[in-house]
Amino acid sequence: MNIVVCISNVPDTTTRIKFAEGSSAIDTAGIQWVINPWDELSLTRALELRDDPSSGVKKVTVAHAGPASSEPTIRKALAIGADDAIRVNCTPSDAYYTASQLAAAIGKEGFDIVICGIESSDFNGSAVGGMISEFLGIPSVSSVSGISMENGMPVITREIDGGRESVKVTLPFVAIVQKGIAKEPRIASMRGIMAARTKAVRLYEPVDADCLTEIAGFEKPAPRAACKYVDPDDPGKLIELLQNEAKVI
Amino acid sequence: MSVLVFTENWDGKFKKLSFELVSYAASVAGMMNMKVTAFTIGKAADEELKELGRYGAHRVLSLVSPALEVMDNRTWSKVISDLAAKEGSKIIILSNNMTGKALAPGVAVRLKAGIGSGVSRLPVSTEPFTVYKRAYSGNAFANVVLRSEVKIITLAQNSYEIIERPAGAIPETVDVDVDQSLPATTVTSTHKQTGKILLTDAEVVVSGGRGMKSPDNWEPLVELASLLNGATACSRPVSDEGWRPHEEHTGQTGKIIAPNLYIAVGISGATQHLAGVSSSKYIVAINNDKDAPIFESAQYGIVGDAMKVLPKLVDAVKNLKK
Repeated sequence: MNIVVCISNVPDTTTRIKFAEGSSAIDTAGIQWVINPWDELSLTRALELRDDPSSGVKKVTVAHAGPASSEPTIRKALAIGADDAIRVNCTPSDAYYTASQLAAAIGKEGFDIVICGIESSDFNGSAVGGMISEFLGIPSVSSVSGISMENGMPVITREIDGGRESVKVTLPFVAIVQKGIAKEPRIASMRGIMAARTKAVRLYEPVDADCLTEIAGFEKPAPRAACKYVDPDDPGKLIELLQNEAKVI
Repeated sequence: MSVLVFTENWDGKFKKLSFELVSYAASVAGMMNMKVTAFTIGKAADEELKELGRYGAHRVLSLVSPALEVMDNRTWSKVISDLAAKEGSKIIILSNNMTGKALAPGVAVRLKAGIGSGVSRLPVSTEPFTVYKRAYSGNAFANVVLRSEVKIITLAQNSYEIIERPAGAIPETVDVDVDQSLPATTVTSTHKQTGKILLTDAEVVVSGGRGMKSPDNWEPLVELASLLNGATACSRPVSDEGWRPHEEHTGQTGKIIAPNLYIAVGISGATQHLAGVSSSKYIVAINNDKDAPIFESAQYGIVGDAMKVLPKLVDAVKNLKK
């Protein structure tokens, strides 16, 4: 059984995002690029399954739609332990376009499970995974916080409001995963980094696909008012402010 | 031609989120000179459905079929796409909650529609159709042009006010034909807490971080949340340590919330944490480190020991209620 994990290349969360007000692109100078945090957790869970002989998972491939400049992020995924990688050579301009590219490439690969993180930390679109499932015409399960294998079939934990449920689904399918799927992201070992150098990244040229949305410009969040401090010995004052000034209680 | 708004129901009932959605849809429809059709999937009582009419829905539909009892992403997406095609709707609005995120992408592919996800304001313009959405996990907002003929908006929770605009809709129950070849999801068991305010619905959230020092210290925090009719949350280290259940984790990889009031107790305010709470209307920080970054995001702060401050806050709220 093969798992494909889709990975997105995003600025490290702690990087300060800079852009000219109203600009449609961020300033990429000095940005540290990383695997999107949810995709990193997806990859970790996929590798845990592959490393467990009873799961039946034999191979983990990472799939990425992006230009050559995102190769270091793909290499990182290989260093963490993915067996091989595919990259669609394109600029991922919106969710519809990106999902079209990934679905076309993944469709040519042999796979049983596709795992996508719930969102990318840059565009926060939460759409690519569900779109891949629809393009490929295979089921998807969203809000997935756990995947395990029982007798060669996936058993999935799906989060719901106020709880969770156990879900069965036919293969192949797309899992759109979130918090809980793996505890800590796996880190690359020195041996993994060495091994990654010789692992294959297969290149796909982009298919014809439309881009349906376009960023007209970024804005900075409205600045918050300076913090008003309340005497720690008189927290009643805080309650008074929340009631009469902020009017939130 | 109408603006179509999907209002999910919870055991046949609607909640604040549903009314925000319908109010938002009615305002968008007003900008476009259109009417609003609100619909739910699964049976809801007529009195519940009529409530949607109070907030500006001209038509209210409840789509029913035995095959729709379990949410299967593709089956439900197809039902929504079919309805949009039948209604001639060019604008479809869903919540940016778990259900909306599960369904919007499938609808988008079927109707070749661009999605504006996590939208927190009315469209900036209708020509070109431009929405304002969260980006870079709260570090920026983006104006996004939806170029497709059909447009999908997923609305961020607690980002739009509820506006009463009675439109006198008479609820209709519609038996829908479901493509039986699609359903592929079976639910084998469900574990659900009832009677508790959901973190994503709560207007007040009291959240604890590592500064709470031990899982045994949570009692005053839980009491404060309960006195304020709120929910409890926590930072990532706390849920990783198992001090609190993981569904309480708010932050970039946990839950993203936007309550009216977020009280952060013993939370330093790392970027990853703020990514989950920066849309809160008011943030209160209680921390013994005066240099903690959380104070930069807070409107009110107390520099002090949480264990001493929390019981006093509990007493102050109790006095208020007397």
